[in-house]
Amino acid sequence: MKKKLLSTLLASTMVAGMLAGCGSSSDSAAPAATQAPAAATEAATEAPAAATEAATEAATEAPAADEGKVLNIQCWNEEFINRLTDHYPGYEANDASDPTKGGKIGDVEVKFTITPSDDNAYQNNLDTILPENANASADDKVDIFLMEADYALKYVNSDVTMNLADLGIDADKDLGDQFQYTKDIVTDATGNLKGASWQACSAGLIYNRAAAKEVLGSDDPADVQEAVKDWDTFNATAAKLKEKGYTITSSVNDTYRVYSNNVSAPWVQDGKVVIDDNIKKWADDSKALLDAGETNNYELWSDDWNKGFYPDGKVFCYFGPAWLINFSMAPDQDGSIAKDGGWGFCVGPQSFYWGGTWIAAAAGTDNPTLVKDVILTMTTDQDVLKEIVEKDYDCVNSKSLLTSLAADDSFGLPVLGGQNPYGELEKGAENVDMSNISDYDQGCNEEFQTAMKGFFDGNYKTYDDAVAAFNKAIVEKYPELTTD
Amino acid sequence: MKKTSKVVEYNKWGYIFLIPFTVVYAIFQLIPLISTIYNSFFENFRSGLKQIGPNFIGFANYAKILSDGDLWKYMGNTMIMWIIGFVPQILVSLLLAAWFTDPSLRLKCQQFFKTVIYLPNLIMASAFAMLFFTLFADSGPVNSILIQMGILEKPFSFMSSVTATRCLVGLMNFLMWFGNTTILLMAGMMGIDQSLFEAAEVDGATAGQIFRKVTLPLLRPILVYVMITSLIGGLQMFDVPQILTNGSGDPARSTLTMIMWLNKHLYSKNFGMGGALSVLLFLVTGVLSIAVFKMTGTNTDK
Repeated sequence: MKKKLLSTLLASTMVAGMLAGCGSSSDSAAPAATQAPAAATEAATEAPAAATEAATEAATEAPAADEGKVLNIQCWNEEFINRLTDHYPGYEANDASDPTKGGKIGDVEVKFTITPSDDNAYQNNLDTILPENANASADDKVDIFLMEADYALKYVNSDVTMNLADLGIDADKDLGDQFQYTKDIVTDATGNLKGASWQACSAGLIYNRAAAKEVLGSDDPADVQEAVKDWDTFNATAAKLKEKGYTITSSVNDTYRVYSNNVSAPWVQDGKVVIDDNIKKWADDSKALLDAGETNNYELWSDDWNKGFYPDGKVFCYFGPAWLINFSMAPDQDGSIAKDGGWGFCVGPQSFYWGGTWIAAAAGTDNPTLVKDVILTMTTDQDVLKEIVEKDYDCVNSKSLLTSLAADDSFGLPVLGGQNPYGELEKGAENVDMSNISDYDQGCNEEFQTAMKGFFDGNYKTYDDAVAAFNKAIVEKYPELTTD
Repeated sequence: MKKTSKVVEYNKWGYIFLIPFTVVYAIFQLIPLISTIYNSFFENFRSGLKQIGPNFIGFANYAKILSDGDLWKYMGNTMIMWIIGFVPQILVSLLLAAWFTDPSLRLKCQQFFKTVIYLPNLIMASAFAMLFFTLFADSGPVNSILIQMGILEKPFSFMSSVTATRCLVGLMNFLMWFGNTTILLMAGMMGIDQSLFEAAEVDGATAGQIFRKVTLPLLRPILVYVMITSLIGGLQMFDVPQILTNGSGDPARSTLTMIMWLNKHLYSKNFGMGGALSVLLFLVTGVLSIAVFKMTGTNTDK
């Protein structure tokens, strides 16, 4: 009997111990469970009150009041938040010092959800919530989400993104002033436009004026353009620069976007990955330049890559859009080329673009009128766009505005030594052709550069070995695709 | 009759004591294991926003993995990096354990050193890998020291060299685990009867002979345990190379371990291929463990 008692005691302590092991959950669960009913009853009593309040408000307010009270916006950084806060007429921030806390447009609450792009987190988040958007409760419905060009088609080609025509936006009439390439990126397979951008991030070649004078004898954009007008001339110029101790670019990765924006066919055709001739040309040209010591193999944004922002880095040029010139090339650092206005700008061998944010309406939104107004105001309103240029230096998505900026000498940029790049930027934006994008561009571009790094470093013996590794990586990422 | 029933009644407490383990094992090990095997027979992945499958496809996933030969390459990568880390680890641990347990050496501050060698294991593997990534970057401190000392003329790109990257992974695993192994081996050595050492000394054996002829044979069960746990840990190597190479397994996929490969399939939520790979990994781990156990453990059964 005593033994039995003892064993019961031991067994019960053991079971208790086991429960204690899961302590954190059971401990917190218990009070939560007791609180839950209370909360539920509270909510139950409050809910009708709120509903009637909302109903009476709705009845007295504007006709748009049958729409949602909360405008939910999904984004990956603060760029759009700042643009909306600074430039949307009638927007009131909740906290002037922290725009991410949201604000109000009329009586609609604006809420931002930031999910960083790192490790694909932003897209993973969208992939989870967008297909369920129609079933989400009214205040949680995503109304607007932002996209980057690299993966825009993934969302554009699915039902989770609303057709702009369904919002009442006419692509030709309302967005006629926008550049064609910004529309190509968000046009689905059947020709419907599903997003719009306020930026035209057309880019060009940003060259070191001192180096141009020393090697080419002139730093005039027209003369420099002549020396880099196509890839053969560009590579020949690289040899000249080498003699004077300059590398033509900081890294082979600088030119990748220029080549990859000028492909003749999409990455994926009928479910098969095809490496375009221009992409292969990038690999060939880059390998040749590297072997000749005329460029390097740094990662973009690394400390080594940045060295060319200073005269001692001995880099002839970078490829980039207006935002790179204005924000990234160390214009605040003493001794940098940018601070002394030592950069020049020309179109370069081929036109390309870099960056840009597209605004899209999520299917299932309960604020269609407001969403339409946000898209139209932010991407077409001339006054708003002019403000954005003046305050944020974005290269805006408006042909007429860029034309007038190009003619206005007061828009010369200090980092370019007073040169006004808007004429070249507009010309570039006209020439960018993005009709050859596919749903898989982001993965294909990343994996191709990774594989080619192995080739450039000599870890893959031949180009074909590197392509084989690229093919493997693609099939891992996109199991439905086939390769050669 | 009465006696046996009492025994049976008493035995039930044994089963009751086993319940916690069984429940935890079933929930966290057995059910996931079965569902992994089940999933491996399906085509089941996401492409962007589209869900493809699950469609039953039998052994197609296994056929795909085994036919293209990549499995062996990544298994090779894993084993090479494990050996690079394990060989110095077991040698240094044996030496340290022998010193720490040798009463004739009268080492001072034993507790302090035991703590110090165990410390690297307390750092998170990812933090440790991040630290090494920074240290050995092209413009990192190691390169600048080597250049200032005149050993190198221009920075050596550690992350672009297959050998250097693999050695870094091995070095990190060695640093992280040799303390743990030392503690285990010390426990084993202290379990050996002191009179055996004294007898050997009286018979005129040298320190080396005592180590080889007395310590090592008697340490065999612990050595087997250390080898098996380290092998299983090595086969599942993931966090260090993943962080060091930013998930790419570069240069040229030479540091891509099997679990990193598995992780790559999860980008597309490819549960079919992931499951098949996990099952193969499970089998390989099982076979290797049995092999090591048989090879080194036969004498202990006597």
